[in-house]
Amino acid sequence: MFVSDVAGPGFVPPSTNDFNLPPVFGNSAYTTKPILLVLLSIVLISIFFIAASRKAAIVPGKLQFVGESVYSFVRKDLAEEIIGHGFLQFVPFLFTLFTFVLVNNIFGIIPFLQFPAMSHVSFPYVLAGFSYFIFHSIGIKKQGLGKYLKGIAFLPGVPKFAYILLTPIEIATYFLIRPVTLSLRLFANMFAGHLLLLVFIGGGDYMLHDSHLLLKILSPFSFGFGIAMTFFEFMVQCLQAYIITLLSALFIAGALVDEH
Amino acid sequence: MHSRFVAEAAQSPLLPKPAELIVGAIAFGLLFLVLRKFVTPMFEKAFAARTEAIQGGIEKAERAQLEAAKALESYTAQLADARGEASKIREEARVQGAAIIEDLRAQAQEEAARITAAAHSSIEAEREKAITSLRAEVGTLAVALASKIVGEALQDQVRQSRIVDRFLEDLEKSK
Repeated sequence: MFVSDVAGPGFVPPSTNDFNLPPVFGNSAYTTKPILLVLLSIVLISIFFIAASRKAAIVPGKLQFVGESVYSFVRKDLAEEIIGHGFLQFVPFLFTLFTFVLVNNIFGIIPFLQFPAMSHVSFPYVLAGFSYFIFHSIGIKKQGLGKYLKGIAFLPGVPKFAYILLTPIEIATYFLIRPVTLSLRLFANMFAGHLLLLVFIGGGDYMLHDSHLLLKILSPFSFGFGIAMTFFEFMVQCLQAYIITLLSALFIAGALVDEH
Repeated sequence: MHSRFVAEAAQSPLLPKPAELIVGAIAFGLLFLVLRKFVTPMFEKAFAARTEAIQGGIEKAERAQLEAAKALESYTAQLADARGEASKIREEARVQGAAIIEDLRAQAQEEAARITAAAHSSIEAEREKAITSLRAEVGTLAVALASKIVGEALQDQVRQSRIVDRFLEDLEKSK
């Protein structure tokens, strides 16, 4: 209301263009902020976990304890619970997926970094692609290509006429919807979350610099809401890292089971 | 060339950028290889070592408990043995004590009898002696008295003693 009354066209709301950042240095598509952040994330994750697991002590120190907690969370609560028998071979993939997404998401609220790489849809596509490739190849390896595809297309124990309806749905689920749910959920959450922070913090900044006194006075509310949303974002970031790992584990588990 | 991708992506946030796809795939792959080679085996090793340590501890505790139970059993058996032994010894002691008392009593009785006998014989001897000496003295006294009364010395030894004997016999008879 105040904005439309007083400021008029002065305030430019954040848009998708705010996600297209110019290269940090040089003039290459490979030196943009999200790419550098992804590279930073794998370096940090590697260093942290190598340092934490190096000793492999029976009685862990603080560092090992923290690293182990993350690892055993993925190992026990995700892999073992969902996949069950033979889960151990998938733990490295799920562990990588979880830590990679988690750290890159949290970069979104770390001062100075402040950008979630997963809000660029390319990265979720890549992750979904890996997951997609893995669970399909497991299914084919476990059951053979024909049996696997038949199991997907024709659900056993369903009356024949139902296949008219079910077969297209099942095929679409396995080959189209699953990768989309994996990638777009993560992307959209990070994208929207970052946009939300831009709105409140950018809006607060605009209000503070506006000549109108009332807007100046009200600007702390916008900033305050921005800070509150930052905490909320932290929760969403952790949750999304958990969800993409959970879904991948579920798909793997589904491919391992003979009957769908 | 990349500016074309940027321009395309600017139109829709759902279109991927090749640079990001490539870097993302390589970065994720690299991270996967590093974690699988250096991190997950170490954590698994720690878990396995921990499980083993706990299991070993449990086994050790079980062994110790077994040993303790065995020791307790042997102690109990020994205690029972010792109790039996003690009661046997007590029994023996009582029997022995009774025998000793019996023995002592017999000895004491024997002793008493012996002393009594000794006393009797000594009394008898004393009496014999007293009688003998009395006899001699009474004879002498009587003869002396009689000679004084009769005025006649009974010189004859033989007759003297016969008189005395008769006197004593009379005395004894009158008694």
